Amino acid sequence: MELYKLTAHELLEKIKKKETTSEQIVSDLTKRIKGVDVKVQAYVRASSSTLLAPDSKPNGIPVSIKDNICTDGYNTECCSKILQGFNPPYNATVISKIISSGNSFLGIKCNMDEFAFGSSTENSCFGPTHNPWDLNCVPGGSSGGSAAAVAADEAIWALGSDTGGSIRQPASFCGVVGLKPTYGRVSRFGLIAFASSLDQIGPLTKDVEDAALLMNTISGYDPQDSTSINTPVPDYTKALINDVKGIKVGIPKEYFVEGLDPEVKKIIEEAINKLKTLGAQFKEVSLPHSEYAVPVYYIIATAEASSNLARFDGVQYGLRAKAEGLVDMYKKTRSLGFGDEAKRRILLGTFALSHGYYDAYYLRALKVRTLIKQDFDHIFKDFDCIITPTAPTSAFKIGEKVDDPLKMYLSDIYTISVNLAGIPAISVPCGFTKEGLPVGLQILSKHLNEEMLFRLAYTYEQNTEWHKMKPKL
Amino acid sequence: MSIDKKTVEDVAHLARIELEAKELEKLSKQLEHILAFIDKLSVLDTGNIAPTSHILPISNVLRKDEPRKSLPIEKTLMNAPDKQGNFFVVPKVIE
Amino acid sequence: MKYEAVIGLEVHLHLNTKTKAFCGCSTEFGNAPNSQVCPVCLGFPGSLPVYNQTVLDYAIKVALALNCKVQEYTKFDRKNYFYPDLPKNYQVSQYDLPLSIRGFLDIELGGKFKRIGITRVHMEEDAGKLIHQEDISLVDFNRTGIPLLEIVSEPDINSPEEAYEYLATLKSTIQYLDVSDCDMEKGSLRCDANISLRLAGAKTLGVKTELKNMNSFKGVKDALSYEIKRQTEVLDSGGKLTQDTRLWDAKAQETVAMRTKEGAKDYRYFPEPDLPPFIIKEDKVAEIKKTIPELPKEKMQRFIKDYGLSEYDAKALVASKKGALFAEECLKRFSDKNKKPVANWIIGPLAALAGSRACETSELGIFPESLVELIELVEKKQIISNLSGKVVLEEMVNTAKTAQTIITEKSLAQISDSGSLNSVIEEVIRENTKSVTDFKSGKANALMFLVGQVMRKSSGKANPKVVQELMRERLESA
Repeated sequence: MELYKLTAHELLEKIKKKETTSEQIVSDLTKRIKGVDVKVQAYVRASSSTLLAPDSKPNGIPVSIKDNICTDGYNTECCSKILQGFNPPYNATVISKIISSGNSFLGIKCNMDEFAFGSSTENSCFGPTHNPWDLNCVPGGSSGGSAAAVAADEAIWALGSDTGGSIRQPASFCGVVGLKPTYGRVSRFGLIAFASSLDQIGPLTKDVEDAALLMNTISGYDPQDSTSINTPVPDYTKALINDVKGIKVGIPKEYFVEGLDPEVKKIIEEAINKLKTLGAQFKEVSLPHSEYAVPVYYIIATAEASSNLARFDGVQYGLRAKAEGLVDMYKKTRSLGFGDEAKRRILLGTFALSHGYYDAYYLRALKVRTLIKQDFDHIFKDFDCIITPTAPTSAFKIGEKVDDPLKMYLSDIYTISVNLAGIPAISVPCGFTKEGLPVGLQILSKHLNEEMLFRLAYTYEQNTEWHKMKPKL
Repeated sequence: MSIDKKTVEDVAHLARIELEAKELEKLSKQLEHILAFIDKLSVLDTGNIAPTSHILPISNVLRKDEPRKSLPIEKTLMNAPDKQGNFFVVPKVIE
Repeated sequence: MKYEAVIGLEVHLHLNTKTKAFCGCSTEFGNAPNSQVCPVCLGFPGSLPVYNQTVLDYAIKVALALNCKVQEYTKFDRKNYFYPDLPKNYQVSQYDLPLSIRGFLDIELGGKFKRIGITRVHMEEDAGKLIHQEDISLVDFNRTGIPLLEIVSEPDINSPEEAYEYLATLKSTIQYLDVSDCDMEKGSLRCDANISLRLAGAKTLGVKTELKNMNSFKGVKDALSYEIKRQTEVLDSGGKLTQDTRLWDAKAQETVAMRTKEGAKDYRYFPEPDLPPFIIKEDKVAEIKKTIPELPKEKMQRFIKDYGLSEYDAKALVASKKGALFAEECLKRFSDKNKKPVANWIIGPLAALAGSRACETSELGIFPESLVELIELVEKKQIISNLSGKVVLEEMVNTAKTAQTIITEKSLAQISDSGSLNSVIEEVIRENTKSVTDFKSGKANALMFLVGQVMRKSSGKANPKVVQELMRERLESA
């Protein structure tokens, strides 16, 4: 059987009908991983004998986990040398929730850009992941391992994290569904922080229904996370309604200008037309501070990261370099342990917070963040959601942007504002380029209105075939 | 504003990162490039805008003063690169 | 004095909550190293802080007791620096919007109050402990994350004595709130000082030195005295002072310049993204205000007013909250209008006994009514002498018997009846004719000598006052 090809909801249905078991699914999945991961390299430490967590339940569907989400008893290294061998003595809240829901998780983890710093999964100490649709291309990032695993049928579903697009952009590049929930909807406890005020864990799945199911499992208030929202979680599967009649959608003009690949633009316009024919109402809107999102993000995110990553110093866990004395130990450990992009971001963030520059950079960025949030507040007074491309291009070639950090940063130009505003957004497959690379459609809504995203995404998906396409591996 | 090599060196010391001459050269250029891009923020008048450090309108998140189990010592020291008895061990501070 | 010292004190105070500031680990002192730690206080990757409600309440209580304005909006910031006792390499602290600002503490010196301004009281977390060995340091994180308050005074203190008094008053005030042990030995109260000298009367401040590593109030006083001497010598010899941090060496009784870790400007403070802000409404402040008991200064003033005590006595009695409660029970029960004897007995013999047993006067196991009974037996009824009274008191502490029982058992009662005393008096008069003649010729001292002889003959049991009266009567009538 090729159970690995199925979605989680299809498999749950089969289990219910006693047509298959959790064990069969895992064994099928293991075979698949062994068969194709040599090419894709979606997983890290895959030689590990502990593929499946021991506390897996008989009826559960295994979830593949990004390497920055803590799993008790299984290495969690953020694909960084500095965390090599780190075995957290606790589970992230999302992992506890997966276990208590009757599902399980894989003991091997999904590849990522080191500490989620990147948009291509090339900044991993384990080497890059390859895009299942074209192995010469990147899968996007930083949750590139999770997205590629789902696209290559090496995972039934997966968890990633999104700080500036790290779920949605790889979902778009790999032709899968990826959701960044409202900030505070999913607990961050156990997610190794990149930028605490922006990070959210979210699902990467084969279709919208699975995303809703996984969100049902991982969402909700967590007393261990002070930034967790204390309101009840709706049943997201109830939002899977195949009807968008009368729904008001804004199209921000700032997202359809120079820099957007014409082919991607055309595909997005076709998707918009499809939704129009299904009854959604479209109108052009303006998010005037869009062009500032990337600079604001790279100050706030790196400033927080510089502080969050200070703890990686060789004292309690991970790598420790041989050195003369304490300061030398710190410096050698961190120089050896962090990759180039991590160093770049730590230095940029340290600079933005340092004496004499704080007001000009960090404080100013916090103020512009307010303006960006207000742009969205303003639109959502009159509109149910906003639709944009997820990324300005389809997947680019491995190595194409590694030497130009700024060019790499700009590949998140359409996803970053969402994190700055704390709102939810989803990317759904909406077509392919001539070269056969997937393109994603991004839907945004206001705080805690994930249901609107599910409704629109579900309707689009039910009336198109893109999500059924599979890469040849 | 631009960033010179000396500033990058100072910042690297604050961040406890050692940079070889070549690395310093390359990083300084890249950071200068990135900062030049970031400087587009300076055209905005942000005088009267309140900064957003927390995007959620929540406050007063507190827990009760109730004890919870601490980690067993084996788990605490499980990942330690160097330990002695119950202690973590670090090299001596040499300024 | 040519120079005036300008001193500001920075006090760090542990709050005695059950659990740490941001996690549920115990704050108990003295347990095995690294036995009270968890992913949160170890700063393990992925862990997140959640603040302790009781810490916030206690912090507000302290701020109010120090007359500070509690800010409606307050937040945590990260203070970034690398040190192995700081697991995250940043300390969660408060920077530009502290819990409270602009308070004061009145200290009493020689019968006068002086007001010392409090710049701010803010909340933070403690760091761990390093044990330095030859080539390595051992790290214990049990103390990491214990809730701390930082209490910063204005540079209103002008002498080591004032600094000492400020600390004593601060400690006494905080102990009244039951929110901290204030035990410098356990490190639950620590103090750093800033000191500079300027020409007396000058307006501008001199070059400031930061003093650290003082382990007692006396250490603070001694370090400041030393520093005044050192700085005076430098200035007098035409030298220049540099702004530095110096460590107090209690053994050598001197301060030693220390290399600084990171300059204050390098801390890169920014709002702690893991902790949403606190909005403290007036009703919350009012609610906590209600829980603040009468504080030492007010109690002292009331003791002076209600019991007619001297400032010295009142201040000594109110130093600790329990002691003050005990003292007031005694004062109320003492049937005489003049309450001075009660103060004397508590501050004198009782405090001495408590001191030798390293406890508080209230913890000696003596009930206020028992102590008052003893004081009345000595001072009013004069059943026993003052000296015997002290013996009885110690016996009361040791045996928990009442004063009356001890007096009977040890037959310590004084002889006050004229019948038995008169025969002794006659005997003494017969044997000391010269002194009798001296008295009659106007030498008053002779009377005391004769009384002393009677006391000697009665083995000290005669009541000296009665003897004196009877002797005078006898001599004047003859």
